[in-house]
Amino acid sequence: MRTQVEDDKGLTHEGLKGLRDNILLARSQKIPHIVIPSGTCCQARGSSDVVEAFQKAIERHSLQDKVALRTTGCGGFCQSEPNVVIYPEEIYYQKLSPDDAEEVILKTILEGRIIDRLLFADPITGERFTHLKEIPFFQKQRRLLLSDNLRVDPTSIEDYLSIGGYSALSKSLREKTPDKVISEIKQSDLRGRGGAGFSTGGKWELCRKAKGDVKYVICNADEGDPGAYMDRSLLEGNPHSVIEGMIIGGYAIGSREGIVYVRDEYPLAVSHCKLAIGKAREYGLLGHNILGSDFSFDITISMGAGAFVCGEETALIASIEGRRGTPSQRPPFPAQRGLWNKPTNINNVETWANVPLIMKNGASWYSLIGTEKSKGTKIFSLVGKINNTGLVEVPLGTTLREIIYDIGGGIPGNRRFKAVQTGGPSGGCIPSSLLDLQIDYEGLKEAGCIMGSGGMIVMDENTCMVDIARYYTSFLNDESCGKCLSCSKGTQRMLEILTDISKGNGKDGDIGLLEELAIVIKDASLCGLGQTAPNPVLSTIRYFQDEYEAHIKEKRCLAGVCKDLIFYYIHPEKCQACLICSTNCPVGAITGGKGLVHIIKQDKCIKCGACLDVCPTRFSAVVRLSGEKVPEPVVEGVKVIRKREKDVNT
Amino acid sequence: MDSSGKENNRNLLSILRDVQEECGYLPEERLREIAARLNRPLIDVCGVATFYRSFSLKPKGRHQIKICLGTACHVRGANRIVEETGRKLGINPGETSKDGKFSLETVMCLGCCAIGPVFVADGKYHGQVTPTKVEPILKAVKD
Amino acid sequence: MLTLRINGLDVQAEEWWSLLETSRFYGIEIPTLCYHDGLSPWGGCRLCVMEIGEGENTRLVSSCTYTAAEGLVVRTHSRRVMEARKVLVELLLSTCPSSKTIQDLASALGVQRVRFKVDHDDCIYCGLCVRMCAEQMGAKAIGFVNRGGKLKISTPFDRQSEVCRHCGACMYICPVCQLRCQGPEATGVVCGSCLRPEPTCLEFYPDQMCYMGSAGDCGTCIREAKRAQQN
Repeated sequence: MRTQVEDDKGLTHEGLKGLRDNILLARSQKIPHIVIPSGTCCQARGSSDVVEAFQKAIERHSLQDKVALRTTGCGGFCQSEPNVVIYPEEIYYQKLSPDDAEEVILKTILEGRIIDRLLFADPITGERFTHLKEIPFFQKQRRLLLSDNLRVDPTSIEDYLSIGGYSALSKSLREKTPDKVISEIKQSDLRGRGGAGFSTGGKWELCRKAKGDVKYVICNADEGDPGAYMDRSLLEGNPHSVIEGMIIGGYAIGSREGIVYVRDEYPLAVSHCKLAIGKAREYGLLGHNILGSDFSFDITISMGAGAFVCGEETALIASIEGRRGTPSQRPPFPAQRGLWNKPTNINNVETWANVPLIMKNGASWYSLIGTEKSKGTKIFSLVGKINNTGLVEVPLGTTLREIIYDIGGGIPGNRRFKAVQTGGPSGGCIPSSLLDLQIDYEGLKEAGCIMGSGGMIVMDENTCMVDIARYYTSFLNDESCGKCLSCSKGTQRMLEILTDISKGNGKDGDIGLLEELAIVIKDASLCGLGQTAPNPVLSTIRYFQDEYEAHIKEKRCLAGVCKDLIFYYIHPEKCQACLICSTNCPVGAITGGKGLVHIIKQDKCIKCGACLDVCPTRFSAVVRLSGEKVPEPVVEGVKVIRKREKDVNT
Repeated sequence: MDSSGKENNRNLLSILRDVQEECGYLPEERLREIAARLNRPLIDVCGVATFYRSFSLKPKGRHQIKICLGTACHVRGANRIVEETGRKLGINPGETSKDGKFSLETVMCLGCCAIGPVFVADGKYHGQVTPTKVEPILKAVKD
Repeated sequence: MLTLRINGLDVQAEEWWSLLETSRFYGIEIPTLCYHDGLSPWGGCRLCVMEIGEGENTRLVSSCTYTAAEGLVVRTHSRRVMEARKVLVELLLSTCPSSKTIQDLASALGVQRVRFKVDHDDCIYCGLCVRMCAEQMGAKAIGFVNRGGKLKISTPFDRQSEVCRHCGACMYICPVCQLRCQGPEATGVVCGSCLRPEPTCLEFYPDQMCYMGSAGDCGTCIREAKRAQQN
């Protein structure tokens, strides 16, 4: 395959094209491809066993030359994993077990038949969908980036080349000067996908103009927002797209060295990235005189070590420099004085992955997608209380309703949608009254949220918003670097007040105090972590003040979450003495035996909720109550009112 | 930072990571060695080692239990799993059981939100865990 | 030299001056805690924040770490700044209520109560001791360890440091160690200040070592006066 590579000089532009043509020729024979997504989350669901089963089945039927098996990164529809997509028809089978491999080979590959039970079925209508494009989850998406995840094996540079990879780099080096590349990116209006949404082209320009010969280009893959994993999926599934983006960026800015800073909680992303860098070097796409030009560029990997604050640019730089991840004031901006005091440009993984797309198809094409001020697509991680958990890529401007209901399939158990948290710990929540909000940078800002890296945590009527505010504040207080008083002490005091409220010790004036403190923390903190830390609190107070007031005035947790404000109770007239709850109680707090009404001893109860979980639905004797007095327990030894089977269901 | 600051500092996190992988934690003698070799004040090295959650100055148990407390898992009741596990092992998150068998940790988001709550025992992922599933998982972890 | 606008006045500054140095040069009093002339600026206590910029795009920055820039518009005592300073001092008081330095700051800003839970942490993490030890004494025996709620300043492994020379400079520079207030500790209330010495509880408790004043701030004199009247 490397016949076109010149010794010690790597590929030229013509060589690259020739190589690609050769690869496509070798693959032109139309054999079925079985694609099995194998990202970290897929493997956690057992995809490796499924892959092995398919390999064995293919061998058993001697189909090695007739069927191609490809393992890829995350396909995006995580709820359906382990899943398999069969090309060229794009037949989509979901929730496979290793035993299904044999049947799929026999029936679908050899006989061309569809196995109905493996198809995705709409949870409400029961309708089954055969092809990927028909499945509602995929229909409304515009998967400019994620679709490639299913087309390439991340460990194969040939796969990436076969889908046109590195042609954007070739085009940029051959046809454009660095300044023209920057103006193309500026024209596309690409905005940073990591959080704040600054103009990417503008950032590049600042760095290009900065004085100095040595400049750095960094990929921020320290995806710290809990619930967000799109950067991981891109880096695991298509590392070359990020690498290509960085090389183009390095060319535009005048940098010779790029660094991928990736959190160490992503070992698979790290290994795929390392492998990809090695392959790119082999083919001369990294290193000296790339594609025969006089531009040289190389990339190394630097790993994080478990600190959310290191997603902030100056803290990230401190981490690479081997120091505590304490942010520093700006100015000077990293574009002027960053890593090792040199001009540095930092962009997010998804931002880099968009660059080859723009350079290949042109800024005008890109700016047709999205809204007036927010162009392109964005990948969101749709998680929490949602039927179709997964990664969703939509044009900016898509409404929340479309994302949650059309793509996400709505709330499990048909429960009531309450809010969606966007932007992670730096963001806020959007209530149901704003379901028709168009999701873009401006729309979210007006609603009091931020896009952040794209996490979307869906919450239903059983989520307590005070608890959510407390959860995020606790997280931020733990992750605060400790340098500035407003953030480290401020978040601690906010946490104390929120904990008091959730325990029933809230006082009048607490809400006002939280708001006052929140505003000062926002104003006076040094870095983005502190400046956005109060957002979850302010946002939940803005839209759910009634919940705060119920906690404070009535000592009631409407969602039944805050432990000190709830209690579990067994209705004596419904209890059928089945003994299931008392057996499952981890602390033996339920008395009562065969035929005798079960009673929860409130002083022993640890509020774990196991009894509510296990009480058979047809009895529904256990309830969770809040904001009222615990009813007087019945005297022990009272016999149950036995219902006959046919009466039980009335 | 002195002129060779770049060489001194560039590898500190990866050096610490290598020691952490080798020994399971960062022993005091190794930290002193590193400080001497990199010509950095010992308190600087300690400051870096204690800042990042991936490093531990205390030895860990033979088996690592990690429970995800990311937001998606949190709304699905991950706290109950943490409490139940803590109860069964007799320790709090961040601690190691008396017999040295288990270390319990909470992590913020493993990115496996579709199968939350997530419980990882020695790198093996268990999804959709409920409090009743905790004991069988722990029992299955053998020395 | 460059020109910038502070509180509506065009002033000149050297290129390397910070906004704090510039303001103080022109006689504007700016409260600080973690700043010390002989040490590198840290920007941690946030008390010296100033509002920069115009119109809708203003923000607060710590003036000790922000270098003067040509044409910069600065307001040292805007409403946002004053609200921030007050709450920041309240946060400081909630951590170290018995520090005279912090009490004086509180009184100067008119802060009279603490609405947060009061710990007696004895450390405000201003880092003066760390910088003193490193920069002036050249020892580097102490530093920040951990982060978040577990942040503290300590020696390596919390044991006696081999490079510590027992010079005491860290204690000398510490704003909390200086002059501890011994006054009555009614929760949530801050004694007026030592800037306005008016005997209060001394009238009722001859052994009290408090000179804090203005009537009613710590509550003792009012409470005792009422009781004395009733008897």
